[in-house]
Amino acid sequence: MSATFAILFYLAGLILICGIVWKVLSYARIPVRYLLPIAPAPQSSGGVALRILREALFFESLFKANKWTWLFGWIFHYALLVVLLRHLFFVTWSIEPWVVMLFFPGDVAAWLMIGSLLGLLGRRIFVDRVRYISTVSDYAMLILILLIGITGVVLRYRVPVDIMATREFTLGLMKFDLTDLPRNVVLYLHLASVVALVAVFPFSKLIHFPGYFFSPSHNQKYPTAKMKDLSR
Amino acid sequence: MGSVSTRKIKPRKSPSVKPNFCSDGGQSGGLVENWQELAIAKLGEEVRSNRALRVFLDSCVKCGACTDKCHYFLGDGDPLNMPVARQDLIRGVYRRYFTAAGKFFPKFVGALDLTESLLEDWSTYYYQCSECRRCSVYCPFGIDTAEITMVGRSILDAVGIRQNYIHTVLDNVNRVGNNLGMIGAAIADTLEGLEEDVLEETGVNVKFPLDDTDADVLLLVPSADLFAEPHVDGLIGCAKIFHQQGIRWTLSTEASEAANFALFIGDDEKMQQMTRHVRDTALKLGVKQVLVGECGHAWRVASSYWPDITGNGLTADFETLHICEFTYDLLRKNRLQLDRSVHNNKVITFHDSCNVARGSRMGEYPRDVYRIPRALLQAACDNFVDMAPDTICEHTFCCGGGGGLLTDELMEVRVSGASPRVSALEDVIANQGVTHMAAICAICKSQFRSVLPKFDLDMNMIVSLHQIVGDAVVLNSET
Ligand code: SF4
Ligand code: SF4
Repeated sequence: MSATFAILFYLAGLILICGIVWKVLSYARIPVRYLLPIAPAPQSSGGVALRILREALFFESLFKANKWTWLFGWIFHYALLVVLLRHLFFVTWSIEPWVVMLFFPGDVAAWLMIGSLLGLLGRRIFVDRVRYISTVSDYAMLILILLIGITGVVLRYRVPVDIMATREFTLGLMKFDLTDLPRNVVLYLHLASVVALVAVFPFSKLIHFPGYFFSPSHNQKYPTAKMKDLSR
Repeated sequence: MGSVSTRKIKPRKSPSVKPNFCSDGGQSGGLVENWQELAIAKLGEEVRSNRALRVFLDSCVKCGACTDKCHYFLGDGDPLNMPVARQDLIRGVYRRYFTAAGKFFPKFVGALDLTESLLEDWSTYYYQCSECRRCSVYCPFGIDTAEITMVGRSILDAVGIRQNYIHTVLDNVNRVGNNLGMIGAAIADTLEGLEEDVLEETGVNVKFPLDDTDADVLLLVPSADLFAEPHVDGLIGCAKIFHQQGIRWTLSTEASEAANFALFIGDDEKMQQMTRHVRDTALKLGVKQVLVGECGHAWRVASSYWPDITGNGLTADFETLHICEFTYDLLRKNRLQLDRSVHNNKVITFHDSCNVARGSRMGEYPRDVYRIPRALLQAACDNFVDMAPDTICEHTFCCGGGGGLLTDELMEVRVSGASPRVSALEDVIANQGVTHMAAICAICKSQFRSVLPKFDLDMNMIVSLHQIVGDAVVLNSET
């Protein structure tokens, strides 16, 4: 089992990195033909940076559009971030105190993540407009991430796993020096769904993360105009 | 507008409302033999050469934020008028033929075979989008349905489904230089008539020069401004301002059209050709400035496309300004003499035209594009009120007739698309006594003139911004 997971992890990692690099390069190669920023657009590079920052950090447009989607979406992304940071424990060479300090916020974030995912799933199912535009893959993606979250929480509270041994395994992956993964079906499920998510990333809508930064709507600026003296 | 966010889907209309297509390329007759192959090839070309399109097609997460933002959806509840559903008509095909996921798991990712019935949907729903970009304001990734609609139309064109109205207009421009096909003599005649009218009304000899090579300023107007109501009153307003300021200006027979319908069908080549034509004319006349008149998409093309087309932002040869920027400059320097009392019995509101409000810039700061037109109206009239905040500025609703939909056979769509704007207007009429709505776009003006009566409103409510300013201009007979 350990070897299988090791291979899957390497494979998924490779797909993720190559896929994103390939996508980003292909975006960068395609020209943007005209000025297409959505007005009111900034007129300086600083303004563009601010606009992208506001979008990336606060989901400004989504906030204008729909408060529920914004709430669930924003909580989900930030909770995911905290949960990911909590997992630094498994990939740092020494056990850093600040990483351990992230355990509690990480636990809270896991619940928030699951809750917001259920909220997003609920919108997809119950709001007729959103249901209409959803494809199977949209549900699948939500359910996959939910599965990761739920198995994670189960591992934390119900079916405890030897985290030190797990850590040895992940560190081993990084050193190309394989150790045994604890025998735990929930852990297998957790890791398998992570592998699946990582591997589909470049081919799915998850590509919105790097893709966003190439959107001319938000990353272009209008030339600064100085109004000249027009009349004599 | 509280009910907007609870908008429900209604059944699709059948048969759906479609524009007329050119008879040599009608829906059934004109479809070329190998259309499917051609369409897919053209789409491939587009996704490989247009970064915006590629990013937009890849990045949508189906969050649904845009689903209740389109005025056509708000008007008729047709699910395919939800912006993301409109995008998906092409996104599905892109996935099917150009992505691994769509090639191997089409059902799973919503990939679509390009069938004749899908093409039918394209020809319906890409002509029920006015390319107004309202939806893109709310999309977390700025996905711009207008861009996708333009590509959809350009592919339809390539396989022989060419919308009649847009192509008639483009043929006119090609033949005589303006959308309406007015020849030079007719323009000269009209302008002479305008001079007489203004003289009679004001006692002042306000000139409407044509092809004057001594002029400093070329005014580039949409051809509707030469005769249609209320457009022509805007042109008269501009002439009065030039007169008061003693500015040598001219109209041109050759460049007698600000509009550029090529934008609407994503026809780059034609759009560039028309731009170069304007530039050549301006250079020939030797003007210092080109002022773009009250035409929404003309200003989008001028401020966002001209710089890339001509490579030098035009400013190297002459300055390009929106007519509102020009008038505002006079205003802020206290040069404009206005008598506000002429508008005492009016309460005015402003309809931000979509192409200006979401596709262009004005003045020095990002929000000047909303501030400047309002400042002009407020300078000319004491009573100005805005409509609800979620229906103005970047949130403005399209008039319902933009993007090449201003044609009779689409009247049903135009009326339902106008309803969100009209209901915001009805609010300020009822609560603040609004009597007039000013606009800076020829399409908006024509559209409202036709649809306002369908909502039991007076068609004369819609006025040109420069008509309001022009009527307040104090004319001295000396100059
Ligand atoms: S008409 Fe405007 S809001 Fe509707 S889909 Fe087209 S661009 Fe978006
Ligand atoms: S708002 Fe943008 S990402 Fe969300 S469904 Fe609409 S187009 Fe897709």
